[in-house]
Amino acid sequence: MTTTAAPPAATSVPPVTPRVGRTRGRERDPRRTPRWAIYVPLAVYLLFTLVPFYWILLFAFRETGSTSLFPWPLTLEHFSTVWNGAGFSVFFQNSVVIAVLTVFFSTAIALLGGYAMARFSFRGKGLFMVLMLCTQFIPGAMMLIPLFDIFRATFLINSLWSIVVADTVFHLPLSLMLMAGFIRNIPIELEEAAWIDGCGRLRGFLATVLPLLRPGIVAISSFAFISSWNNFLFALMFLNSQDKFTVPVGLSYMLGEYSVDFGALAAGGVVAVVPVVLVFAYIQRYLVQGLSAGAVKG
Amino acid sequence: MAVLNAPARGAPRRRRERWTPYLLIAPAGLLVAVFLLYPIGSVVYYSLYDYNVIKPWSNGFVGLGNYVTMFEDSQFWRSLVFTAQWVVVEVGLQLVFGLALALVINETFVGRAIARALAFAPWAVSGVLTTTIWLLMYSPTTGIGRYLADAGIGTYGTSPLAEAGSAFWAAVVAELWRGIPFFAILILADLQSISRDLYESAEVDGAGRFRRFWSITLPHLRTAIIISTLLRAVWEFNNVDLLYTLTGGGPGNATTTLPLYVARMAIDAKEFGYGSALTMAGFVILALFSVTYLWLVRVGRDQNS
Repeated sequence: MTTTAAPPAATSVPPVTPRVGRTRGRERDPRRTPRWAIYVPLAVYLLFTLVPFYWILLFAFRETGSTSLFPWPLTLEHFSTVWNGAGFSVFFQNSVVIAVLTVFFSTAIALLGGYAMARFSFRGKGLFMVLMLCTQFIPGAMMLIPLFDIFRATFLINSLWSIVVADTVFHLPLSLMLMAGFIRNIPIELEEAAWIDGCGRLRGFLATVLPLLRPGIVAISSFAFISSWNNFLFALMFLNSQDKFTVPVGLSYMLGEYSVDFGALAAGGVVAVVPVVLVFAYIQRYLVQGLSAGAVKG
Repeated sequence: MAVLNAPARGAPRRRRERWTPYLLIAPAGLLVAVFLLYPIGSVVYYSLYDYNVIKPWSNGFVGLGNYVTMFEDSQFWRSLVFTAQWVVVEVGLQLVFGLALALVINETFVGRAIARALAFAPWAVSGVLTTTIWLLMYSPTTGIGRYLADAGIGTYGTSPLAEAGSAFWAAVVAELWRGIPFFAILILADLQSISRDLYESAEVDGAGRFRRFWSITLPHLRTAIIISTLLRAVWEFNNVDLLYTLTGGGPGNATTTLPLYVARMAIDAKEFGYGSALTMAGFVILALFSVTYLWLVRVGRDQNS
């Protein structure tokens, strides 16, 4: 073995302190926030958050013509309408291709750049950082015209690659800053130990940093996935044949129809929301630290 | 100690690896330069031309013509007013409700983890999907209002999106739905970094709940609030998806923000020259806003200390 890096945290420590349950004394503690002050506002807010979600599920699973407030009997007819009739199988596939490629490129490039920002000091580093921060302020809508021109000159209009490139560029600065933060949190001593054992920069990185970086990479990829999956304007502008549409674009065309089939529309919405909800469920515990690392601490 | 070791350890390696960091940031730097910085330059250029993709015969250099058109365009001025209204209302309400939500979720209570996941979920929902959901909620045939009317509460009405005044608030509520979690997430992160000792010693000194909030929590949250309102203001300024699909800027252009006006010039009218002039106006506003905001914040801080 060439590397002797110790595991960063002992995982086999038994829980020494028993979990302190809620004691009677704490229940009566006058300094404690009264329960109603937590549950009442929370219930009101959750109602506001969840009723719209319930509404779309209701219409997606309820039979046409029914006015019941419960989707019973359940039907999948609206899903087969959008999936086969309205072309969502193609839109879904396009969205997946774009999202996967965007996640791959933005995360890989962010890994390179983030490592440089975390582990090297070099002339122009501050400038590069400021540049990355400034790009966060550039509105997508205002890049439509110049990007359209670039993609037209490079024959990428109506190609999924135009969206991959645009999404990657727009998401890259955030990924890079997050990545630099995650790498900075991994002690450099681990890498130095690998160097002493004769590893080069790359091997030392692969052996010590990369395994510990996995949660960070997953979180960053998830952010990139959600941002790419949800992107609408670029796909609307740069893709113009129906076989290239993404899910949001397909959905927006359904919204624009004169006689909207609400059941099919709702089913299309559910198709659009399922992937992000799954990814969200996975990353929501990183959300607080992830967003704040990128947005607050810079 | 470590401080003594640090420079000696890295020195020989550093000399050998002089170009490594530049190679590592090159892909990111190149992409940003080609697809973000160059386009900004090209917007300046296009804004001086009559440039329409579907009417190429009338294309040509017009000097400041597009800017003259812009200053005489009443829709441009109206969109500026609406943009300001939209950003102020959205960011203000999102901050208030986001702060409240963060304070509640920061407490310890049964069901906290699941409540947090559910409360934050709309953060991940796209603008188009938000429109889909709220269109179902607002529509007179499928919406909440119809079911309330069925039950005898209120009347069968029209969609709130049909009138200019109510369309604004309908869009505001839909955007609040997915915007509040952003503030709540950022503020919650900062709340969790406040030391419990501070609150305990304040309690010993006899400070009440509101006094503790005012003297400990708010000052601590200051930076997080400043940065998240700035980011969110820029984001709401740039937010086009929801308004484009929910109101389409209507009724009667009443809910058209400047970026939405740009997007409609680009996507629907294909007026790239005039669209570029509007884009320039947007950049100037964003730059002025950011500088002014940070300057105001700095002035405020100097006076406090």
